Amino acid sequence: MIDFSSIVTAVDCFLESAMPHQLAIVVKCILAAVCALVAYLSFAILMIYMERKVCASFQCRLGPTRVGKWGLLQVFSDVFKMIIKEIIEIKDSDRILYNLAPFLVVMSSIITFSCLPFARGLQVLDFNIGIFFIMAASSFGILGILLAGWSSSNKFSMIGAMRSGGQMISYELSMGLSILTLVVLSGTMQISEITEMQTKGWFIFRGHIPAVIAFIIYLIAGNAETNRAPFDLPEAESELTAGFHTEYSGMGFGFFYVAEFMNMFIIAGIATTIFLGGWAPLYIPGLEGFNHAMCYIPGSIWFIGKTLFIVWVLMWIRWTFPRLRIDQVLVLEWKFLVPIGLINLLIMTICVVMGWTF
Amino acid sequence: MTEMEVKFIELDEFRNAMQRERERGMDFLREIVGMDWGEEGLGAIYILENSNTRENTEIGVRTTEREKPQIPTVSDIWQVAELYEREVFDFFGIEFTGHHDLRRLFLRNDWVGHPLRKDYDASETLNPVRLESEPAEEFQREYDIQDDKEMAKIVEKLKILHYDQFIINIGPQHPATHGVLHFHLALEGEEVRKVDIRCGYIHRGIEKMCESRTYPQILPFCDRLDYLSAHQNRHAVCMCIEKALGLELTDRTQYIRTIMDELQRIDSHLLMYSCMAMDMGAITGFIYGFREREKILDIMEEVTGGRLIQNYYVIGGVQADITANFARKVKEYCNDQKMRIKEYYDLFVNNVIFRNRSIGVGVLTREDAISFGATGGTGRASGWACDVRKRYPYAMYDKVEFKEILHTDGDCYARLLVRLEEILESIHIIEQLIDNIPEGEYKVKTKPIIKLPEGRFSASVEGTRGEFGVFIESHGDKSPYRLKFRPTGLPLIAAAHKIMKRCKIADLITIGASLDYVIPDIDR
Amino acid sequence: MEIKRPKIKSIPYEEFKDNDTLEAMIAQINKERTNVLLGKLDDLINWGRSNSLWSLTFATSCCGIEFMSVGAARYDFARFGFEVTRNSPRQADLIMCAGTITHKMAPVLKRLYDQMAEPKYVVAVGGCAISGGPFKDSYHVLNGIDKIIPVDVYIPGCPPRPEAILYGMMQLQRKVKIEKFLGGKNAHQNRKEIPDEPIIVTNYPTGEDKKE
Repeated sequence: MIDFSSIVTAVDCFLESAMPHQLAIVVKCILAAVCALVAYLSFAILMIYMERKVCASFQCRLGPTRVGKWGLLQVFSDVFKMIIKEIIEIKDSDRILYNLAPFLVVMSSIITFSCLPFARGLQVLDFNIGIFFIMAASSFGILGILLAGWSSSNKFSMIGAMRSGGQMISYELSMGLSILTLVVLSGTMQISEITEMQTKGWFIFRGHIPAVIAFIIYLIAGNAETNRAPFDLPEAESELTAGFHTEYSGMGFGFFYVAEFMNMFIIAGIATTIFLGGWAPLYIPGLEGFNHAMCYIPGSIWFIGKTLFIVWVLMWIRWTFPRLRIDQVLVLEWKFLVPIGLINLLIMTICVVMGWTF
Repeated sequence: MTEMEVKFIELDEFRNAMQRERERGMDFLREIVGMDWGEEGLGAIYILENSNTRENTEIGVRTTEREKPQIPTVSDIWQVAELYEREVFDFFGIEFTGHHDLRRLFLRNDWVGHPLRKDYDASETLNPVRLESEPAEEFQREYDIQDDKEMAKIVEKLKILHYDQFIINIGPQHPATHGVLHFHLALEGEEVRKVDIRCGYIHRGIEKMCESRTYPQILPFCDRLDYLSAHQNRHAVCMCIEKALGLELTDRTQYIRTIMDELQRIDSHLLMYSCMAMDMGAITGFIYGFREREKILDIMEEVTGGRLIQNYYVIGGVQADITANFARKVKEYCNDQKMRIKEYYDLFVNNVIFRNRSIGVGVLTREDAISFGATGGTGRASGWACDVRKRYPYAMYDKVEFKEILHTDGDCYARLLVRLEEILESIHIIEQLIDNIPEGEYKVKTKPIIKLPEGRFSASVEGTRGEFGVFIESHGDKSPYRLKFRPTGLPLIAAAHKIMKRCKIADLITIGASLDYVIPDIDR
Repeated sequence: MEIKRPKIKSIPYEEFKDNDTLEAMIAQINKERTNVLLGKLDDLINWGRSNSLWSLTFATSCCGIEFMSVGAARYDFARFGFEVTRNSPRQADLIMCAGTITHKMAPVLKRLYDQMAEPKYVVAVGGCAISGGPFKDSYHVLNGIDKIIPVDVYIPGCPPRPEAILYGMMQLQRKVKIEKFLGGKNAHQNRKEIPDEPIIVTNYPTGEDKKE
């Protein structure tokens, strides 16, 4: 396994030696931000392309084929189009909030994105309360959606925003509970440490039944967090035309669009990190030869592979299920997921205390 | 039921007579035909039916007053009359005293004149295409009945919607209204408090245009009423004209027409399933339905030359004979479709989310269904055996064996199930006929100019959304004096008014999809 | 830098109908000269725009069903990048007017058009949208949507087959490809001005009526 921290340290040393300390920090920040943004955008493009192709194959269609080989350039042409599209100033809108909202959404998802460990040492943000930070940063995006709906002076947007408020804040809870269950198992909140622990077995196997339950709850809640079907009520195409972003044109809409796909990637990434061992290769105790062979596959491929698999599962759900109704969404959360999550947390605690984990 | 005997009743006696009819069991008001008899005055013909005994009666009423013609309302006796009377008011300017919400139904509020009157001034200067929005009507207009037979007064008292409510407009351009229908809603949170349905966004004045067309020229309009039951619509009109002329059709024609009707029914039901899936957010379900629909369109295209609008039935037969491949292809398709239906159940119908969203939502009781005249799948889902193919068998329907699908729940789920089961039933009908199509002419010769004898004629068929009826009053010319289509969708809209109250916005979409209306058919 | 003839993948230029109109537009645009850099950038932008035409779901009658067929599995317009149909006019690039437009619907259509963000296009699908079609002499039908909004592509048929709709969309792609976004005026801006304030149009404008 390559340890990227040595490369990062080398760059760090070089910068420190070449320029004064303050300047070095500024340069490092800029470097990290550029890397994170480039990665963010490339994954966004990959995700949009993947969504189109996956959706097409579920529906017996072909998906984009004519722009570039296999339609590979389709997303780029969409980006060019989106950039030059007119941005309409809405009369009676709250201009500051209206323009701020898409940035809030994108910002929250970029910050969360930079917490993902792509390989050993390849992570922008890593500190001892990483899990808390991820949850805080991702819930920040709800604010953007609420503001978007509130400020665009459109009743459909307003309903969409209120729905998203009710839905996302509720599901934050069971998402937190399921993550907490795994924190109990790992005993740490630092993301790099959590992944490091899983090189000797993924948590979903080590935590057995409570971990699997937490995983399922996490996937449901995560799906709801990203506003994708069957939880796409805030934008409910057939009910609210386009929901909270009805009034946004051009890049304003583009930001929401990109953030939706990236949030899905992030949710899958966190699930990978916490449940499926992040960049850690598959480890089966007793099969040393097998484990050794698995280690030759680079960590970033493990991470991206697992993440894309979960993304694929989420897309499968997206293109199969009809939409829930708002009261059913809340019933599912408050009457089922939260109680089950709480009990599950208890079971996990007992398991850990009694040493019933692997 | 072709030649009609209309019993005319004096204006004073009219309301009492109608009440007596209702009491003796005439619970289904099939249609109200507004009429302008010129010298003899304006009036309306009410076609009533007893839903149990299938007894029919036609009652007419007329008033010689042209400036302010008034007829007592029957909207408190049959619920559907509320919209029917608004339509007659819109087209003929007949005021229905006692009607509690008499606004125009199809045309703009600022429209000048009543277009279906014979003396309507169609000049462009009176009614140009206005590009400013229609002035909103804020009040319901009620025409009071007064004892001393004086002119009834307009009472404006009930506000349609209050401005302190959260009002949203679903439509006229909205993905889930299946066209250009306009729901004016007052919300309380997510809950719908009041619904005001506005139609007319695709009112093309077909009935008026028919009055200046010869009979064969009328036929193309029928395809464009409810384009998803184009064949049935044409069937009704052809049947009405053929019966009036006394034309005997060949067996081959009847077989072809029955098979085509059933194929069209499957096509439409598939589209209904698809659109319902799409409205509920399951887009894959939509694509699956369309995949099979394309196969029907292929078969139809081979025979008729058209995909959606085919102009196939003509007076006296059909436009072209079936092709050699027809029987083989239809059989292949039927076998395939039977397998595919299971897929729909697996993917969408049995999905737990869909079941939760549709079971118990938008319940229409049997009494309401009859009172609203909600025929077709909607009525049958509420337990009302209203299939015209069973009530008044036409074409080959009395010689084939098929079940009338009945459910009793009356909710959105039952409405979808009725459609899906009817697909299987239609396949069953087709399979009985397809191998036995007799040899013979596919068209009988008609005179070059078709003139109907004087009289009133009507015919109805089972369209895919309910009973599609045609009423023709002929004065012996080569074009009808008055032609009225019974829209299958208008009663559904009337029923929607009632069952949409107190539901959630999401339910509103489900109900709309399950009622399965086609807007150009409502607006005509 | 000159604008060249637009290319559509795997369909030769000569197979398209009505190339004269396109060539006339190219000649008109080429009268103004722009520099190479802007021209290249224009090419890139036009490539992006022409391959990502998202339409507004706007269907009033029969043609709308054929439009749905184009989106379904057999015809699948996602192949061309017309995949996303937006329900909000703000996010749509073109309005595909499928169906009859009546007097009551005309103000709604005009408003939808005004709500769309530039650059925007209009495709008139079917006889009714083009000229009123079979309902031409009706008292309540607008005879052609080009009386109230500028139309870029007409797709005849009643209703047009899905293939015809795809062909019409390709024609629109060709039209988008020859426009100038950065360098100089383009044909899109030269099109007939339709005043913003509410006007009253009559169905058959005859000299004096037009002024009303």
